Amino acid sequence: MAQLSCNNLTLGYENGAILEGLTFSVEKGDYLAIVGENGSGKSTLMKTVLGLIKPLDGEISFGEGVGKYEIGYLPQQSPIQRDFPASVWEVVLSGCLSQKRFRPFFSKADKARARDNIEKMGLVPLIKRSYRELSGGQQQRVLLARALCATEKILLLDEPVSGLDPKVTAEMYEIIHDLNQEGITIIMISHDIHEAVRYANKILHIGKVPFFGNVKDYLASERGRLYAAEMQNAEKEVKE
Amino acid sequence: MTEFFRTFGEYMTFAPARYALIVGVLIALCSSLLGVTLVLKRFSFIGDGLSHVAFGAMAVAAVVGLTNQMLIVLPVTVVSAILLLRTGQHARMKGDASVALISVFSLAFGYLLMNLFPTSANVSKDVCGTLFGSTSILTLSPLTVWLSAGLSLLTVVVFVIFYNRIFAVTFDENFAKATGVKTELYNLIIAVIIAVVIVLAMNLVGSLLISALIIFPALASMRLFKSFLSVTICSAVFSVLTAFLGLLLAIGLPQGVPVGPTIVVVQAVAFGVFFLIDMIKQRVRA
Repeated sequence: MAQLSCNNLTLGYENGAILEGLTFSVEKGDYLAIVGENGSGKSTLMKTVLGLIKPLDGEISFGEGVGKYEIGYLPQQSPIQRDFPASVWEVVLSGCLSQKRFRPFFSKADKARARDNIEKMGLVPLIKRSYRELSGGQQQRVLLARALCATEKILLLDEPVSGLDPKVTAEMYEIIHDLNQEGITIIMISHDIHEAVRYANKILHIGKVPFFGNVKDYLASERGRLYAAEMQNAEKEVKE
Repeated sequence: MTEFFRTFGEYMTFAPARYALIVGVLIALCSSLLGVTLVLKRFSFIGDGLSHVAFGAMAVAAVVGLTNQMLIVLPVTVVSAILLLRTGQHARMKGDASVALISVFSLAFGYLLMNLFPTSANVSKDVCGTLFGSTSILTLSPLTVWLSAGLSLLTVVVFVIFYNRIFAVTFDENFAKATGVKTELYNLIIAVIIAVVIVLAMNLVGSLLISALIIFPALASMRLFKSFLSVTICSAVFSVLTAFLGLLLAIGLPQGVPVGPTIVVVQAVAFGVFFLIDMIKQRVRA
């Protein structure tokens, strides 16, 4: 039984399907990278897995002690958050809300949990700082700490390094790698096929010719080689 | 100055004036609470639209001849708030466009009604009073006073109970929803609170000036404070103090100025002070 399995999903909105016949599953401890061109439906897939939108067809099931709302989620930054007055502590603590039946205030256990995750992400010196004043990398770590408050089982990361400089990007990948080593299942949406191949153990490539399987098989497949080559060319163009 | 205090002292011997002061301060308190959420969720225009709906409903209530107009105005505004929030979420028509439509229609409809079925000899004075707030807060019936005080306190209690959820839904609605927070429910609660606040605030400052009461405290506090809690507390204090000062001035000035504009001007000045302090702080740091 997998932690998350998606069976023959059709994804999209009222006015049409974006993706059809999507089947994949995630086991405990997996590091799944979801790659694909812009507009291929990565974000739609993610919103569907999170339960923000319903699949048009097919089914999503959870297992191995993972419930529907037990996926921690690292979103891309929204414009609201850029001028939101909130301290690091308040943002991280808000991740604990999911844990409970309705109680108006946070318990001691919630606060201890938030503090642990703040320590884990190395944010203790920033705890009273305002979220909007932090650097991009620091903000991502705050949101990661919040996601860890919501779950210790699966993390879903939406382009976790977009907009970060190379040094911070490397740090971010290390942090994610460490969390995976601790046994947290990672699902990461990524542009960067090289990093995805380097850290992940499974790849889901969505688009016209979909692929789901181990990294080794992906690299051997035509789909994988093509995409890696395309990415390399694109990067060369950017550098030139 | 002595004359100011004498006029004020005379007024305070009347029970209605004391009520006005208490109710005014309570209304100011509860209208400041949701300011941050409204500003950041880009909902401030909904507040503006709703106040116009409340104006239309007020006109209907006046024509029907209800003694307690809140009985009509409150339900109509609450229902409109819920509808507007819905259209904002599933935008077939853009949220702000539908708000604009509804609000201008309500304004026109209300004014038309008041002219077709005039309830007093001076229609334009009535209209002006409803739009900009008159001295009507000094002539509220005891029932309205109790109702306003009760609703204000209820708003504060509901806000405190749902404070953590309101924060989560405002900061990152998708995350909250994905982790099982019932975001639709809390958006609904926010909409209902806004509607109640607007109907209450109409008594104090009139329907055109309500937005000021909601937005000024939040924007001023966001200049100086960095956490959600400190901004919320500062907004509440800002709002209570400026409303109190505004009411004192309005009651005490011998010219007999209307309450609403006085409060709004006091808030604008206080906002200016906050703005300056922020600028100076940044200079010092740089």
